[in-house]
Amino acid sequence: MTPEEQNAFEEKIYAYSGAQVCARTPAADAVNPAMIRHWTEVMGDNNPAYTNEEWSASSARGKTIAPAAMLYVWNQEGYTVTTGRASDPQTDMVELFNEYGFTGVLGTNVTQEYFREVSPGDTVHVEMVIDNLSERKSTARGPGYFFETLATFTDQNNEKIGTQRFRVLKFIPQEQPAAAAEEKLAVPSRIASPRGHDNGWWWDACDNGQVLIQRCKNCQTLRHPPRPMCGECQSMEWDSIESSLDGEVLSYTELHHPKIPGYQYPLICAVIKLREGTNIVSNVVGCEPSDVYIGMRLKGKVEQVDEKNTLPQFYPA
Amino acid sequence: MVANIKDKAVIVGVGNTKFSKDSGVSELSLAVQAIKTALDDAGLQPSDVDGMATFTMDSNDEIEVARALGCGGLNFWGRSHYGGGAATGTLHQATMAIATGMAEVVVCFRALNGRSGHRFSSGVSGEITTADAIHWGWYMPYGLLTPASWVAMFTQRWMHNTGVTKDALFEVAHSTREYAVNNPNAFFHGRSFDRAEYDAARMIADPLALFDCCQESDGASAIILTTPERARDLRQPGVTVCGVAQASAPDQEQMTSFYRDEFAAIPEMEIAAKNVYQMSGLTPDDIDAAVIYDAFSPIVLWQLEAWNFCGFGESGDFVLDGALRADGRLPTNTHGGQLSEAYIHGVNGLVEATRLVRGQSLNQPSKNVDHALVTSGVGIPTGGAILGKLD
Repeated sequence: MTPEEQNAFEEKIYAYSGAQVCARTPAADAVNPAMIRHWTEVMGDNNPAYTNEEWSASSARGKTIAPAAMLYVWNQEGYTVTTGRASDPQTDMVELFNEYGFTGVLGTNVTQEYFREVSPGDTVHVEMVIDNLSERKSTARGPGYFFETLATFTDQNNEKIGTQRFRVLKFIPQEQPAAAAEEKLAVPSRIASPRGHDNGWWWDACDNGQVLIQRCKNCQTLRHPPRPMCGECQSMEWDSIESSLDGEVLSYTELHHPKIPGYQYPLICAVIKLREGTNIVSNVVGCEPSDVYIGMRLKGKVEQVDEKNTLPQFYPA
Repeated sequence: MVANIKDKAVIVGVGNTKFSKDSGVSELSLAVQAIKTALDDAGLQPSDVDGMATFTMDSNDEIEVARALGCGGLNFWGRSHYGGGAATGTLHQATMAIATGMAEVVVCFRALNGRSGHRFSSGVSGEITTADAIHWGWYMPYGLLTPASWVAMFTQRWMHNTGVTKDALFEVAHSTREYAVNNPNAFFHGRSFDRAEYDAARMIADPLALFDCCQESDGASAIILTTPERARDLRQPGVTVCGVAQASAPDQEQMTSFYRDEFAAIPEMEIAAKNVYQMSGLTPDDIDAAVIYDAFSPIVLWQLEAWNFCGFGESGDFVLDGALRADGRLPTNTHGGQLSEAYIHGVNGLVEATRLVRGQSLNQPSKNVDHALVTSGVGIPTGGAILGKLD
C-alpha cells in the first residue's frame, strides 16, 4: 500500500469511528433462573446469591441476582446467527478491512464495568458503538489496526447496568518464510564460549573430559577463570592441575524466564567452591530444583550436553 | 587518594523524553530530544555546549549528536564503561572536565531503545574473541545469560547470609511503585500493586520475580552541567556536585564477581561511598533523599548498607520501618525508580535527584532536601554522587 492508498483507506475506516452498531434493543428473554443456573454450572461458581432462592431471600438483597459477568449473555443473538446476520456498520467495516487484505482477526481483550445488579424479571437492553480505532500498528501477527466495540447495557428503566469494551485486531496475516520453517527443524544448542589465547586451552581440555585449574608456576597460586598474568606475583609462567570436581554450593538460581533455546529447563546455575579452593559456575543436575541449597555437596562430571558443548555438570554428592 | 572537586560543577538543566516500549524513533532522535529539553530547562542554546559525556554502551556518537542538535565544536567528550555503572560516571566525567577547565558546558546523556531495539533480557552471546566475550563465556554455556540471573546469584547468597526476606524486597518494589503512581511519565502511572499480586507474579530467576525487576525501556535522559559562576545566571536553581566518585574493587568482574572470599557484597560501592563522603565532607545524616540505582529490588538494600545508612544485614529492617517512603528517613526513588518509571540506565535518576534538590519532584518530600544521593548500577564497577544546593 502506498502512503496515498493508506491515507485513502484510513479515511474510509476512520469514518466508522463512533458509528452506532445497534440502537438500544431489549434482550429476547428477561433475566431468568434457568440461564443463570446453566451459566454458573459451566463456570463452577457456587455462590448461593445466584441460584439459592431460600438463601437469597434472607440475604441483604432479599432475592437472587445474576452474576455480573453474565452482562453480555442476555443480548446474544442465539441460533439465528447461523442462518446469516444482517449487515450493520461493524460488519461493513470488517468487510472493508477484508477487501484491503486485513483478513486476519484476533480478539485481544475484553473489559467490563459494572454499575448495577440485575435479578430475574429484569430486561437487559444493549446499544453498541465502534470506538477507539487505532493508527496502523506493526504486530507480531502482521500490520493491522485495533478497534473496540463499546456495548452499553441498561435495564427496563434505562438505568445503566454496565459496559463492555471488546478489542479486536484486524491484520494482514504474515506468511512464514520457507527458510524460517526449515530453521526450526535444526536443534538449537547452548551458546558456547568463544575461545582465545587466554581461555582456549581450558575449553580444549574440557572437550577431552578434564576440568583444569590454572596455577602460577612461580608462587603456585591457583586462579580461575584463567588470566594471562598472576595477580599475586605478576608471573606469566603457568601450568595447571586437574580438579577433583568435589564441590559445594555457594549460591544458586533457578532460571525461569526467559527460556533460551538450546537449554533444558528446569535449569539451575550455581557458584560452586571446588575442593582445590577456586570457584566455578556450572549447572546442578540430577535433582529437583527445590533440593538445592547453599552448602550442598556436589560431585562433577564432564559431559557432552548437546551437539556442540561438553561441560562440567554437577550432581548431588 | 582522590582529588577534591567539590562544588566545581553545577547541574543547571535536566530533561527526559517520553518513556515507552516502542519509541518509533532512532536512539539519536531520543538523545537530541532529551538534551534539547534539558537545554531549554537551563535556558541555554545548543551552541553553548562544548562537552559531552555518555556511556560506552550508548550508540550515539558525540559528533552525530552535536551535528543533529546544532552545537558548535566540542572541546571534550568522555565515556564511562560498564553498563549502568556509568550512570554517575557521566557526571564524574563532566565534573572533572569543568573543574579542570577543559570544558564549560557539558551534557551528560543516555538514549536507548532498550525494548524495541536491543533487549537486555536477550542475554549476552557473541562470536567475537574479546576479553569481554571470553568473560561471558564462563557463564553462557550454563544458561547464566541475563542481568536478572547474575543478580539472583548474589541475592540468594546475600539473603542466606543476612536472613533478610522477601518482605524487604517487596517493600522496595512497593514503595517505589507508589511514587510511580503519581508520575505521568512512569510506565506504572496510576497502577499500584499489593502483596498478593507481588507474590503471584511469575518467577524470573529465583528469588527474583517480576516486580523485583526493572522494565526494558525506550527513552532518553540528559542533564547539563556548567561552572558555578555561569550557573548563577541561569534559569533554574543550581544543583552543585558536592562529591562524585567512580570505583571498582579487587577481583572485580562485570556482574559476575563470584571469586571473592565473600562474593555476596558490593565492595566497589563501599569505596565510592567513602570517597564521595570524604570529598563532600558530608555524612549519611546529611542526606535527605536518594535516588538509588534499582535495576532489581535487592540492589537498593545492599547500597543502603554500602552508603552507611544502616549496618551490614540491617537494610531489611531499615526499609521495613518505612525509610524509603515519602515521610520516611530517606525518601528514595521518588520518580518511581527504574522499577516503575523507566530503565534509562540510571540517568533518569540524575534528573530526579536534581529535581529533589531543586524542590521540583512530583513526589517532593515535605521536609527540606538539602542533599540528595544518586548512585550507579551495582555488580559492576560503579559510582555515586551527592548533590546539593548552590549557594
